[in-house]
Amino acid sequence: MSVVEKASVESNADQAVSAVVVRFAGDSGDGMQLTGSNFTEATALHGNDLATFPDFPAEIRAPAGATFGVSAFQIYFGADEVTTAGDDVDVLVVMNPAALITNLKDLLPGGVIIADSDAFTDKNLVRAGYETNPLEDGSLDGYRVIVIEITKQVIAAVEPFGLSHKFAVRCKNMWTLGLVMWLFDRDRSVTIENLEKKFASKPEIAQANIAALNSGHSYAETAELPSGVEVYRIQRAEVAPGLYRNATGTEALAYGLIAGGRLAEIPLTFASYPITPASSLLHTLAQHKEFDVVTFQAEDEIAAVCAAIGASFGGTLGITSSSGPGISLKAEAISLAAATELPLVIVNTQRGGPSTGMPTKTEQSDLNQALFGRHADTTLPVIASSTPSDCFDVAIEAVRLATQFSTPVLLLSDGYLANASEPWLVPDVTQYSPFPVHFETDPEGFTPANRNPETLARVWAKPGTPGLEHRIGGIEKSHETGDISYDPDNHQKMTDVRKAKIDGIAKFIPPQTVSQGNATGRLALVGWGSTYGAIHQAVKRARATGADVSHIHIRYMMPFPENLGELLKGFDQILVPEMNTGQLVEVLRSKYLIDAQRLNKVSGQPFKIREILEAIHSSLGEQA
Amino acid sequence: MNAPQKLTLKDFSTDQEVRWCPGCGDYAILKTIQKLMPEIDTPKENTVFVSGIGCSSRFPYYMETYGFHTIHGRAPSIATGVKLANPELDVWVVTGDGDGLSIGGNHMLHVLRRNVDLQILLFNNEIYGLTKGQYSPTSKVGTRSPSTPDGSLDMPLRPCTFALGAGARFVARTIDTEAKHMTPVLKRAHAHKGASFVEIYQNCPVYNDGIFDYIKEKKTAAQSRLLLEHGQPLVFGTDNSQGLRLNAKSLQLEVVTIGEDGVTLDDIVVHDETNRMLATMLAGLSAPDFPEAVGVLFCQPETSYESSVYEQIKTVREKKGIADFNAVLRQGHTWTVG
Repeated sequence: MSVVEKASVESNADQAVSAVVVRFAGDSGDGMQLTGSNFTEATALHGNDLATFPDFPAEIRAPAGATFGVSAFQIYFGADEVTTAGDDVDVLVVMNPAALITNLKDLLPGGVIIADSDAFTDKNLVRAGYETNPLEDGSLDGYRVIVIEITKQVIAAVEPFGLSHKFAVRCKNMWTLGLVMWLFDRDRSVTIENLEKKFASKPEIAQANIAALNSGHSYAETAELPSGVEVYRIQRAEVAPGLYRNATGTEALAYGLIAGGRLAEIPLTFASYPITPASSLLHTLAQHKEFDVVTFQAEDEIAAVCAAIGASFGGTLGITSSSGPGISLKAEAISLAAATELPLVIVNTQRGGPSTGMPTKTEQSDLNQALFGRHADTTLPVIASSTPSDCFDVAIEAVRLATQFSTPVLLLSDGYLANASEPWLVPDVTQYSPFPVHFETDPEGFTPANRNPETLARVWAKPGTPGLEHRIGGIEKSHETGDISYDPDNHQKMTDVRKAKIDGIAKFIPPQTVSQGNATGRLALVGWGSTYGAIHQAVKRARATGADVSHIHIRYMMPFPENLGELLKGFDQILVPEMNTGQLVEVLRSKYLIDAQRLNKVSGQPFKIREILEAIHSSLGEQA
Repeated sequence: MNAPQKLTLKDFSTDQEVRWCPGCGDYAILKTIQKLMPEIDTPKENTVFVSGIGCSSRFPYYMETYGFHTIHGRAPSIATGVKLANPELDVWVVTGDGDGLSIGGNHMLHVLRRNVDLQILLFNNEIYGLTKGQYSPTSKVGTRSPSTPDGSLDMPLRPCTFALGAGARFVARTIDTEAKHMTPVLKRAHAHKGASFVEIYQNCPVYNDGIFDYIKEKKTAAQSRLLLEHGQPLVFGTDNSQGLRLNAKSLQLEVVTIGEDGVTLDDIVVHDETNRMLATMLAGLSAPDFPEAVGVLFCQPETSYESSVYEQIKTVREKKGIADFNAVLRQGHTWTVG
């Protein structure tokens, strides 16, 4: 359904389509992300379900017109349930030749191109690698091309405000947004409010941008555009009733951590070091000092995790956050937290790697690192979020596991989840069950080695509590007294207890469910993390054509839910789509001795629904 | 609240067997600190010792307070977290020359410039003890060790110079076996709100024995040490007959003898512990050409980091009013699906 169901273009009647993918692309300085986010907001208010995918270069300001500096923002919206940012693009807005050449391959045949012809100068064409102007040489004949001298229009529209040429041209993105808003019948008032707020101290800039927005809108209305693109009317989506807002995964994750702290009745100390694409979590939490959150930008990744560990020792919940390379630096300290059995939450917003890799692109290749990437037998719980709004619940769960089991917990997100937004049914936090932390206060029989007999969690006695003075540390400790111990039997016992505690978490998490389809059958797609949307849609489409396929999406990566092995054995085939070379699939094969098959993509881009659908057909076809 | 009762050294000793080598300078430091604890006005339960890795870092196990023996070089970061979690705690960091200035040099730099309210005690024995005698970043050039059998080549750094360069606002130096000197220095460090850096010359009898004898032994001590006192002239030597004068041309300190060549006490520089330039010159003085400064080199308090953090939080909360989490989630643009 991502493909526009082509309605008749015989008349000028409104086009009724169920879903549309629009991509805005331009120089990284063209304001495409801002255009996209404003369009998203208007679309959400319009009542469509939607998903977005910002795709920007690592360079803050690449040279103008360069292909590697192209910044894009994609939004998929429609009347049906939307769970990915869409595969193929229906409407491509390009601000220069570089944006066209890098994005054209994703445009559907017959799709719409809106291009600023003023930017198709000889210099820009050469820089993008064009020998002739594609707007004129007929190479775009398979598409519906709307060529507009946008720059010229904009300069005329903002002329009354007396801006310099440079500032006038910068209003181009709002002009284009106005035009696209007309195409999709979006309300401009929120964007106008946003502009007034954003440029509150420079009213002439605000007014110029608003004039550009309105001018683009009226241009579209009055210009004689090619037939068939006059108006798209997207039906309102049928979604669960309630109050909605837009949220990126990062926002939902930040709110989830705050909510978790409140449910645990414990203040949070969030310490991290800037790294793409994880920094926005620090930024978001730093804006919420009204809650019990202290944020700390440390001098490096190691200091960040260590400050978080110190904060947990001090009686708050320490949280640190990074992306793969930064998590590598934190590894030694994470093992200290595991050895001393202090609560700690570590968020990994995964990115393309190894090494610097592709910091702004998404990947889920740190699962092995999360499960195994530490010295010695350091096991710890690993959980993964699957959608932007799921980040909220997963963050609460990370806080619960860390505080109830006195352990570091690794929470896996990724660059796609962090930046993508979707409508979020705003949760009512008063409906969540609290899980208050118990701090020991009774000196009677106290040792720092005391454990909760059920959960095996080590006692948490915070400094400041009279009579409970004690020492902890990375050296092995006696199971009975908590004093240093090099006793061989004790080390065996402590190793066993630490493992039993983590394994035992399986008893305190929900059993694995099937997110779509039957609990047994010919084929199950087993996913984790941000592949949820693409797998969900592919399975839905395959099932609509009668295929016997189910979707299982795992949140608890370590330990697995107790019933997972049995559940998987109920299917003839298991296929594991992952944005890595096959990390979960290896774990499933080794743990459950099943012949799980792999479907891998490591391009820095999310799966397309089509790619997974093809794999489903091929799996079922082979077996048939 | 319990009525305050007088604690003693014994109250601050744990039941753990102290496991440093016989004759290690750490014993003397431990004793001095255990004795000092009852004299300072912090309840036992509010006292925390944090250490990294190395011989000195075993320290917390012997203090009957809260303690955290962490990982190599990271004690300043962990202590920062403890202080951010609970600024009421009285947090001490115990580290060594390898732990604090080699693997943990970056954290030391930042904890000092950030001015987190901690007492940081750096036991400097100019050698790696726990790993069996390799040279350290404070070892003198030419130090023969298992890793430098033909003598070390790289220039050492002076811990107090490093601390002053990092922007530390309290810098002092003392000597392991001299409780009478160390006690008041540590009291000053404790009273100072902000990061207090104290270098302690510490003898390692196994791998670097006797390196501080020149400043400890009666015969040479007077000539080798410059006892600092705020507002007093920088004099040293037998009968305080020698002093330090500022050479106005070279902008360096020079050793002069009072009463010779027309030098009088008025020519001698008066110690001003609020003067960072002077402190930096004093930190760099090395025997045998100069006496080495012991005492408080620099003290100029400024608001500590964690108190600024909580002050800022308070301001934000006053501005934003009572925090209603459900309401915050519903801020901005929302819409209702019926």
